This record gives sequence, structure tokens and C-alpha cells, in this order.
Amino acid sequence: MSTSEFDLDAAWRLHPQVSIRPERFGALLYHFGTRRLSFLKNPALLAVVSGLATHPSARAACADAGIGAAELPAYTRALATLAESQMICGRTAS
Amino acid sequence: MTVTAAPLTTVFQSGLDAPICLTWELTYACNLSCVHCLSSSGRRDPAELTTDECKRVIDEFERMQVFYVNIGGGEPTVRPDFWELVDYATAHHVGVKFSTNGLRITPEVARRLAGSNYIDVQISLDGATAEVNDAVRGRGSFEMATRAMRNLADAGFAGFKISVVMTRHNVAQLDAFKAVADSFGAQLRITRLRPSGRGADVWDELHPTASQQRVLYDWLVAHGENVLTGDSFFHLAGYGQELPGLNMCGAGRVVCLIDPVGDVYACPFAIHEEFLAGNVRAPGGFAAVWRGSDLFAGLRRPQSGGACASCSAFEACQGGCMAAKFFTGLPLDGPDPECVRGFGEAALATADFARRPSGDHSHRGRPAAARGPVPVTIGPRPDHGTVVRDTVVRDVPDRACDQSPLAGFTP
Repeated sequence: MSTSEFDLDAAWRLHPQVSIRPERFGALLYHFGTRRLSFLKNPALLAVVSGLATHPSARAACADAGIGAAELPAYTRALATLAESQMICGRTAS
Repeated sequence: MTVTAAPLTTVFQSGLDAPICLTWELTYACNLSCVHCLSSSGRRDPAELTTDECKRVIDEFERMQVFYVNIGGGEPTVRPDFWELVDYATAHHVGVKFSTNGLRITPEVARRLAGSNYIDVQISLDGATAEVNDAVRGRGSFEMATRAMRNLADAGFAGFKISVVMTRHNVAQLDAFKAVADSFGAQLRITRLRPSGRGADVWDELHPTASQQRVLYDWLVAHGENVLTGDSFFHLAGYGQELPGLNMCGAGRVVCLIDPVGDVYACPFAIHEEFLAGNVRAPGGFAAVWRGSDLFAGLRRPQSGGACASCSAFEACQGGCMAAKFFTGLPLDGPDPECVRGFGEAALATADFARRPSGDHSHRGRPAAARGPVPVTIGPRPDHGTVVRDTVVRDVPDRACDQSPLAGFTP
């Protein structure tokens, strides 16, 4: 999935088979289904990912985590990578 | 980019709150007597952790969010409570990858394993032919491993691992190993022969020659993306191009080893009191050892390059493997015994002595190659790791947690 395909306005969540472990640098993610490990390289991205399930859109989760317009493209790329590796998945908005 | 913090390698070198993954040798008991066994296994240690103690350790893993453990031995499946412990771990959100010589992988067990997302299996095989394999692992061991692999494949277990220790006698079989793995729908994993445990006795005659190291390196450069290495070969990065994986030693920083009696060592290749950090039976358990050990604190401080610091390859190879140096009698801040620039060989010529492992659990009697297995009567994954430079996410495949958990990770 390229950045342009990641839908910032859709509702997302952590994949149910993924465990997340906060660390000083950000967090480690492990997907028990694909047996892949990923790293969230800073605490702000951890805040974004943790907030996905409780926000109506990824954009709202970013805003709530204090991500400004200038940083948004980098975080969108990060979320696209996470979606591509099935660490996060879409959910029906509530 | 604003979201990129310090390189993760730097972060990892200073240690994490919990290991990314760890190796747990459940028993020293083994039906085989491989000549290069890292843990000098054979006989069960009467003081090994009880079922309840093992469960308390798993509880700690769950609290610390250790995502999964690499279980080995010895032959872990000879523990009568092995499946009980595997079930307990997976029920507590701790995934299990276990190494086996294939002894207990019957068609029925294989079907059961294939049904779990939380269990991965690694079959040890040190020759692509019975002749080469059995010379190291003992008579009949090739047949046993092959039967296990067939059972796993027949049960639909895609992507199990075939784990090979590279020796002077099997470097020429690299393509053959890959073909074996492909034929079973398995994934090949190759690791470095360490002079640890009984490996110290055979290292001189079994470790790859300098020209074989080059063959191995070239083969990895060509095939590395689809082959797991446990990040064992970072000493070969001195040839030039970095191999897939992380160029750092994870010992005590992101990995460690728990042995059958609960002793915690810096890495699976360093079972020696020099690298003993503590015991899970002590107050505070495993977490206290991981977070409070003086040994680990020392390993997490910046290391000196010593004699290697002025070498142009140092950045790439980081001086190589601590355990390989230690057990060949070389100083820890000097060259690796298999240094690709040849400095290790020169150093070995003047090394005083090789250290002996602290414990020997070997079967008493004839050497392994001379006899068959000891009868024991106790009870696909898509590989599309996306590496995106300068982004905030790194996606690494599970090769990340081989022995050193960071292979496949691009810093």
C-alpha cells in the first residue's frame, strides 16, 4: 500500500492478533499470525496507534496525539506501512 | 525527518525493559549427543525447574510482554510436561518456537502443531545428506529429522524452520539445504558454529575455512532475503556489503538465555559463569535479573573496540561474537577468531588457552558419531518484510527473533 492509498479518514484499529509493548523509544509490535515484529520509533506514533480504536478516523487520532500538518505525511507513511503488514486494520466506524 | 529519533541500534545497545525474545533451554536431557552441542546436553539435571516453576517464569514473560520464547535444550520434547508448558505459554499470550531433532514429531503431533498460530517449530539438521548430518548429530538422526519434516509438511504446517549449523562439511551443501527446505514448504535457517559447550572440542576441525567463509558470505548476499540467520554472521560483514540483519551483538541487551536450572546467561552461546547474570529462582525472578544484573548493565554500556577499533571493517563487524572470542581464549575487545581480515587467526596463534564450559551434561560413554540415538521413554508464511528507510516504522519478519532477535532488521 502506498501512502496515497492509505485512507486517513477511515476508521482503523490494531489487528486483534497484535500485541503492543511500550518501550522508551516508542514501542514494539508483534503479530502472532504473521510472526512479524515491528517497531514504532517514537512515543507520538505509539499515541497515534493506541488512539486509532477510539477515534472516528486515523486523521483524528493523529490530531489528538498532537501531530501537526507538517508531520502528517510522515505519520501517514508509517500508518500505511503498518496497514500493509497487517499490524493495523480497518474497522467499521462507530 | 522530525519523527526519526536515535537509530534503533543505539537504543537496543542500551537495553530494553524486557527482551525482544529469549531462548529457554528447558532440559539438558537429550536423546542425541551432537558433537557440537552448545549446551553440552545429554543427561537431565536433577535440579531442573519444576512444572510449577516453569509456569511462574511464563507468568513473568506475560507480565513483561515477552512476545515469544525460543524453547530448546537438550531435546525439550522429552520433558514429560513439555506440551503442558507449551499450552500454558500460548494460553498466556506467550508464543513458542521450539527446536527439536524431530523425536516426538509424529503425524498426530504435527497435525496439532499445524493448528496453532502461536507455535512454530524448528527442526535441526546439520547435513543435507545422512552421511554429513549423522557424522555430527549421530546415527539415525537424519532419518528422524526427515520423518518429522515429512509429518509437518503432510499436516499442512507451512513455513516451519529447518535449522542448520554451518560446518566445514556442509558449506558445500547450501543449495541442497535450500532445496530440502523448499521441498517441504519450510524455511531454511543457517547459523554459525560456536566454540561453546561441546563445540569447543570440535571447533578447530569443524569451523568453516577462510575460503568457505567467503563462499558462505557470497551465498548469503545472493539468497539472504529468504534465509534466516539468527543474525549469526555479522562478523562476515567485514567482507564489504552488510548482510540482511542487525550488526550488533544482542547479548544481555535484547536477548538472553535461561537454562534448565533457571540460570540466566547473556546469550545462548555463553553458558559460562563469566556470563551468568542470575537465577530466576531468586527473589524478584527473571525480571529482577533482566533489569538489575550488573553483568547486563555492563553489556548495555558503550563497548570499546579495543584492538579492532582502528580497523576499517570494525564499523561493519563490531568485532564479532563475544562467545566465539571467549571460548577460543581471545580477549573480548579483540578480533573474532573467524575475523575475515585474518586477525583472529593471528591472535589464536598466541592465545593462552581456550576456556571450558562451566557445566557438562554429556552422556557418559562413546562419542556421538559412533552411536545411534539414545532411546528415551519419558513419557507459509509470506516473506515480504518491507524495509522503509527514514520512516517511523520498521517492519521485520519473525527472523527478527531467531537467536539474536534482530536479523532482518535494517537499522
